[in-house]
Amino acid sequence: MEFIARVLPQEGGLEVSRSRLYNGVIGLLGVFTLVGIAFGLHAMFVGYHHVYGVSREVPWGLALAGYVFFVVTSTGLCLVSSIGHVFGFEAFKPIAKRSVFLAIATIISGFLVIAFEIENPWRMAVYNIISPNLTSSIWWMGTLYGAYLFFMLIEFALLQMGRHKLAGMLGLLGVIAGVAAHSNLGAVFGLLNAREFWHGPYMPIYFITSAMMSGCAAVIFFHWVAYKINGWKMSAEMERSLCSVAKLGALLYVVIMFFTTWKMISGMYGNPPGKYEAVMALINGPYANNFWYGEVGLGLVIPFLIILAVRARNLAAMAFGSACSIVGIFVMRYDLVVVGQIIPGYHELNITNLPHILPYTPTLHEWMVTLAGFSFCAILFMMGERLFRGHLSEDH
Amino acid sequence: MNINELEKMKNEGVEHLPSLERRAFLRAGLAITGLYMGGTILSLTSARDAQGAVGSMPTSSKYPYKPHYSMVMRQNLCVDCELCMEACVRTNHVPSYGWRTTILERTRTIGPDQKETIFMPVLCNQCNEPPCVRVCPTVATYKDRTTGIVVMENRKCIGCKTCMAACPYNARYFNEEVRAVDKCNFCLDTRLSKGMKDTACVEACPAHVRIFGDLSDPNSEVYKLVHQPETTVWVLRPETGALPNVFYMNVVLDI
Repeated sequence: MEFIARVLPQEGGLEVSRSRLYNGVIGLLGVFTLVGIAFGLHAMFVGYHHVYGVSREVPWGLALAGYVFFVVTSTGLCLVSSIGHVFGFEAFKPIAKRSVFLAIATIISGFLVIAFEIENPWRMAVYNIISPNLTSSIWWMGTLYGAYLFFMLIEFALLQMGRHKLAGMLGLLGVIAGVAAHSNLGAVFGLLNAREFWHGPYMPIYFITSAMMSGCAAVIFFHWVAYKINGWKMSAEMERSLCSVAKLGALLYVVIMFFTTWKMISGMYGNPPGKYEAVMALINGPYANNFWYGEVGLGLVIPFLIILAVRARNLAAMAFGSACSIVGIFVMRYDLVVVGQIIPGYHELNITNLPHILPYTPTLHEWMVTLAGFSFCAILFMMGERLFRGHLSEDH
Repeated sequence: MNINELEKMKNEGVEHLPSLERRAFLRAGLAITGLYMGGTILSLTSARDAQGAVGSMPTSSKYPYKPHYSMVMRQNLCVDCELCMEACVRTNHVPSYGWRTTILERTRTIGPDQKETIFMPVLCNQCNEPPCVRVCPTVATYKDRTTGIVVMENRKCIGCKTCMAACPYNARYFNEEVRAVDKCNFCLDTRLSKGMKDTACVEACPAHVRIFGDLSDPNSEVYKLVHQPETTVWVLRPETGALPNVFYMNVVLDI
């Protein structure tokens, strides 16, 4: 109990709105979460392949994309927050506490979604430990994300207790575990020789870089929302800090635009079999709307142009851009997961009745499980504001 | 040296050339002609073995397992009667939404307005370097130590489906009844372990498309078919480096 008392601030900081609306929203999100979990349990009970849109050819769908989205965001929040409180850049210090908390909230939400994507999650708890396969990226990812969550929880508790030096060391361990885990998540896709769209070193590198980008968007959006819904006044330091995050974000949008451009060019140049068909599905095929409006428009161009237009100063505008970006990044994860599977392995053999592009459409069950992840993340965020009194630290 | 300058030079003639240099020139000419001749003659004969056509046929005479089970598909004998698929479903309790073996249909143009239909039976290739085994986090799928068959230990399968994404041959599906990924295991549990010598699909095939046996035994039919001179043997998707143990060939039909 004493430990909890030291972690949970009893006074000071900022008081969260006690309005019925605030509580009502938390309640509504709770209902969404429970309904989503009910859908997930139903799917687990009757068998996922009977109620999800996934198939033997496209075994990964919306739920896995949702998981990837959450863990990318979590890693990004961890990395962006570490710039200040681990690596000592003053401008990034005020955002540390809320960002570390959100890194924990997003990864837990990711685990909630993946629990209804993996067919037998309870077996994972046992056989991951007693029957490990060291050549498996999934094993490394699961294990390292476990370590990552552990380090982040301790780090957050230490930050609350004001033990900044020790928290910084745990933060460094979190960064190392996070980068290792996240690049292994990229490797889950990148090390599949038979999937040309994924195969190669691009995936782990892209995952880390786009995590940083997602992290910047999430930091700006959630800080702005936290202050807005509670009617708090942001300190000048906090505003300056968020402007610095926006500048870093602008750089990362450009980096991801550069990465995406070359990914697309290398997929078209000389029609590499398997890769070409997948890339064309994005550029000019059934996934073109997702790619151009979702990934390029919402995910990259709009938030980047907004940061440039307001010269990284107008927080409300940048929060709007970040919201666009978060939606666009979700589409990015969806396309990354699905488009990697839609080109049949035997596509070059001219098989009769084999579609050129395999179909996949998420079902209601998959949407509800993903929605549960988002609702639960929002609950954790709003409860976090209340319990940790606006995540203010004494020295800021 | 510029060709225009060369033109202006006085011709030295060949009478003063040392005979050694003359011989070297003739030898070079002969070598070049010989190379082309030889090449032409070589290309008229069919390849002595199938290596050139495939690229990932077994290169060593030693096979890693004993018995090293493999299957040869004599593809042009297949008439798509699907008795193999029925036998497999019956023997291995395959649910209606899944398959362990199936027959793919291909169409090939063989002349103006002429098409040929090819039936291609597929199943798990029991690869020597199986991508599915590599990615499984809990060793729920592995190479059987004796036979090299890729098998499942259902109780360890967490259902992450990475093996399904990794398989180049679409050989795996999730079986909701046993709550694990299911795949062809050459009837290891249902037939081979009970003393039977072949798989259900091999037994059911009326056209003897599928030949099953021990590739490490030079007296076996699969060994003889795969190592036959002047016959092209191929595997599916060799570029993935999986080193499959299901081989494809066409037989000469006496019609």
